[in-house]
Amino acid sequence: MSRTLIIAEHGGGRLNPATAKCVSCAADIGHPVDIAVFAETAADIAAEAAALTGVDKVLTIEDADFGQPLAAMIAPEAAAMAGDYSHVLGPSTTYGKDLMPRIAALLDVNQVSDIMQVTGSHRFQRPIYAGNAIVDVEAPEGAPVVATVRTASYAAAGNGGSAAVESRAAGAERPQHSRYLDLKSEGGDRPDLQTASRVVSGGRALGSADNFELVYRLADKLGAAVGASRAAVDAEYVANDLQVGQTGKIIAPDLYMAFGISGAIQHVTGIKDAGTIVAVNKDAEAPIFEIADIGLVGDLFQVIPELEAALDDG
Amino acid sequence: MKILVGIKRVVDYNVRIRVKPDGSGVDTDGVKMSINPFDEIALEEALRIKEAGKAEEVIVVSIGGDECQQQLRTGLAMGADRAIQIQTDQALQPLAAAKALLKIVQQEQPGLVLLGKQAIDDDNNQTGQMLAALWGRPQATFASQVVLEDGTATVTREVDAGLETIAVDLPAVVTSDLRLNEPRFVKLPEIMKAKRKPLDVQPLADLGIESGHQLSVTRHAPPAQRARGVMVESAAELVSELKNRGLL
Ligand SMILES: Cc1cc2nc3c(=O)[nH]c(=O)nc-3n(C[C@H](O)[C@H](O)[C@H](O)COP(=O)(O)OP(=O)(O)OC[C@H]3O[C@@H](n4cnc5c(N)ncnc54)[C@H](O)[C@@H]3O)c2cc1C
Repeated sequence: MSRTLIIAEHGGGRLNPATAKCVSCAADIGHPVDIAVFAETAADIAAEAAALTGVDKVLTIEDADFGQPLAAMIAPEAAAMAGDYSHVLGPSTTYGKDLMPRIAALLDVNQVSDIMQVTGSHRFQRPIYAGNAIVDVEAPEGAPVVATVRTASYAAAGNGGSAAVESRAAGAERPQHSRYLDLKSEGGDRPDLQTASRVVSGGRALGSADNFELVYRLADKLGAAVGASRAAVDAEYVANDLQVGQTGKIIAPDLYMAFGISGAIQHVTGIKDAGTIVAVNKDAEAPIFEIADIGLVGDLFQVIPELEAALDDG
Repeated sequence: MKILVGIKRVVDYNVRIRVKPDGSGVDTDGVKMSINPFDEIALEEALRIKEAGKAEEVIVVSIGGDECQQQLRTGLAMGADRAIQIQTDQALQPLAAAKALLKIVQQEQPGLVLLGKQAIDDDNNQTGQMLAALWGRPQATFASQVVLEDGTATVTREVDAGLETIAVDLPAVVTSDLRLNEPRFVKLPEIMKAKRKPLDVQPLADLGIESGHQLSVTRHAPPAQRARGVMVESAAELVSELKNRGLL
């Protein structure tokens, strides 16, 4: 029964890249890996999951009730499947954070939240206090390990697999008390913040939604995703899904550029795994410079246009 | 309808915490303690629902040693009607906390339970979901808007893809995100009044819960430090530095 089940995350008929990162974490645990796809129509998503390197089986559980990501619908079914597994993993995205603890409670176990490293089949490292301390956690033997995977700590598994896809019938009782209504997404054609290799972020200093255009323009020039501090989101310069940090997205791009962001611990915890951090701030004492790889003291309203010009010059 | 709000005593979010040199934990001696910010937002929401005439009573509950009475009193000063302390010197893990809260839910029969989405000490983000599961009731996590009508809560949730809206039948568990509201400041007369509001102490042992399988935390360590960076003087220098590193 040493076997790992990953609950796939998907949206718009596609597998979310966070799932491939869970596969990499599962590989470190070392047991055979299955992926469960709960969906109304699972075939395309299952095909993507089956292609991930290191996956043994993909199980599809199709039902109209699984067409939307409602934790209360999926948890009883996932908990019923858990009997065949030693480990049940999900990503520490909002989807996984919502769902996995509900599964854990049904199995009478605590969840290991935000695995950043596997040090044994039941031993893990995870961050607490917004990443200001790392703890070693040991889960008891003889009970299923339910965990979320801190996606910024793992590279996505490759696409060299050809797992078998099996369909399973849904059997658990489903509640009538929860209904999905809608999702409002700003979307757009820009790269996705969670997977982009470059991210350009703006803070309170931008001062308005209109001024935030500066950040968008530079991002487009670099083919980068756009991020923001909580202050910029609270002030409604940009939508909530662009927030980076403890309560926003934890990201690990190759290049992160922060403009007019002070570097509060809650923000910095979201970018600690970035390859190179660039900070532009007019205050030389701003804490963001303590973690920046390249710092520039200056006014962003001057620096961004100069950067654009320098980039145009090649 | 009653609303039950869970509040946890945590190290204030402005404190830069330090890991003890022997790795046994985080230094909390003489450190400022506060209500977990997400719980404060949950309480504010409960108070606004009551003020809008949609609830009659707001009860705050905290699990901890007697020092958490300080946070309960702050909750009472914000406007909660009464407080319950689940008294224990152990630090409960989320599953045990959810089981303890379920006992209070069974005693009080609230129409709505509001909790913070996570506590900023352990960052677990589990208790609300676990309580909902054990109670067999709906959960609406990471709420940025809550509208109550006809026994239903319509909740807008902050999710990675944007803003999702779900409807859940009451009773339900809702966990708050940062943009749900801005908590009020407590005024001095309210602090005085709060001293006379009821605070009921229930020893954890009397609730008769089984804590279930526990995780053991064996060591605390400070995070890996990033190497000290370089400063550049101009945009042009920044671009050439990025090119040198192969990033452009
Ligand atoms: C529970 C909790 C969770 C939180 N979660 C998050 C989170 O997930 N993400 C997050 O980001 N924050 C989070 N915060 C908020 C965090 O503490 C900070 O308040 C926030 O990050 C500040 O945003 P900022 O850096 O844009 O604004 P400020 O701190 O106001 O910084 C603005 C910066 O811009 C600089 N500046 C001003 N004008 C210019 C100019 N013309 N050119 C260049 N620089 C300029 C200033 O020197 C300053 O450093 C959280 C807080 C709490 C309590």
